[in-house]
Amino acid sequence: MLKKRIIPSLLLKGNGLYKTTKFSNPIYLGDAINVAKIFNAKEVDELMLFDIDSSKLNKAPNFSLIKDIASSCFMPLTYGGGIETIENAKKIFKSGIEKIALNTALFKKPRLVKELSDYFGRQSIVASLNVKRDLFGRYIVVNNSLKKCYDGRLPDLLLELTEAGAGEIFINDVDRDGTLKGYDINLAKLVCSNSGLPVSFCGGASSFEDIKEVLFEGGVSGAVAGSLFVFSGPRKAVLISYPSSDDIQKIISSDER
Amino acid sequence: MEIIIIDTGMANVGSVSNMIRYLGFQCTVSNDINLIKNADKLILPGVGSFDEGMLALKNSHLLDCLIEEVITNRKPILGICLGMQLMTKGSEEGKIPGLGWFDAETKKFDSTYLGQKRIVPHMGWNSVKASKHLELFDGFENSSKFYFVHSYYVDAYNSSEILCTTEYGEKFVSGLNKDNIFGVQFHPEKSHRYGMNLLKSFIELEC
Repeated sequence: MLKKRIIPSLLLKGNGLYKTTKFSNPIYLGDAINVAKIFNAKEVDELMLFDIDSSKLNKAPNFSLIKDIASSCFMPLTYGGGIETIENAKKIFKSGIEKIALNTALFKKPRLVKELSDYFGRQSIVASLNVKRDLFGRYIVVNNSLKKCYDGRLPDLLLELTEAGAGEIFINDVDRDGTLKGYDINLAKLVCSNSGLPVSFCGGASSFEDIKEVLFEGGVSGAVAGSLFVFSGPRKAVLISYPSSDDIQKIISSDER
Repeated sequence: MEIIIIDTGMANVGSVSNMIRYLGFQCTVSNDINLIKNADKLILPGVGSFDEGMLALKNSHLLDCLIEEVITNRKPILGICLGMQLMTKGSEEGKIPGLGWFDAETKKFDSTYLGQKRIVPHMGWNSVKASKHLELFDGFENSSKFYFVHSYYVDAYNSSEILCTTEYGEKFVSGLNKDNIFGVQFHPEKSHRYGMNLLKSFIELEC
């Protein structure tokens, strides 16, 4: 049967890798290619790469870096950041990326999802959403500068994106980013029950238990984490890690619960 | 050994050539008819929709060349993902007929199976059960797994053409083989050492 996925998420800035807290205070982790090689050696299920400068600074993706990372990775890669045209997307796929994630462009160029999906197939298009709580605790969708960018309800947006041709939903929980507080299981459930697509979920993971919880109670297909796989200890020393195959067996065999 | 990865202009050719070079073999990404004629082995990768894939082959004037090399000269070829689907007679995804090398058609996964919700696309790691050419899957004590990402699957009408199967709610055909023609639904180039073993075995295979 299909196995649940455990996915490190890496943030690119220039040629370096960083980790943020609540989308701010980026901490430098190391050279992007080296870190990707370490994750490849650990046989991770998948890697997600996000260029946190591309959209903000309106820059095209860093194609040469993406190509170098892809050539040392023998697992699926998702890339997000600065993709606004079919031509850019073509170059990304050609460099060895399987899936592209759209975030800013979802709201800036609403027709792009359909265009990309028609051309490359829905399975290669990930709709990436930053979710936050407003003052009343309601879930809102925000852009990378944390400004609200969608007025309707989250379930309606999920439906719209599915109909437009997205093949996967990626949720980035801004309030829990880098906090090690555990995943918001209610948000995971809300997204899964309102989407027929695979859902990958990021924000707050601090332990394998958290991962198990979001996969089986939350119902997501992919548990995504940053800090958990790049830091060690309370002082956040940089240490690249990933569960061993025995640990993965314990996490993803749901019948052991 | 000369391996040509057929460049349809839209596929994940980078990943396939990365892995083959890592394995120590020469390979070229090309749609040049002369290179394809001189190759020992061909790989037809694929990302994209069915009609775009067939149009890409047509627009590069590769159809006649592929039929001659694969069908007449029996040159070994491996289709990956959409590359395998193009080898069937056609797809529910498109209107253009496929290559028709397999007695099979490409169909869409239902989003329910036996009343249960089933997530489409089928995305992630899954195991495969080999029906033949066991060497492609050998060496991992049944722990081998491959990365899948697809919304369409091949429905094989001739069971002797089934290379391997996979469970996703129900059993579906995850690989096809007839003589020198191979196809897999999953992505060996993205499946760590399990995929490396499969590509290496295909390259070293004597058909």
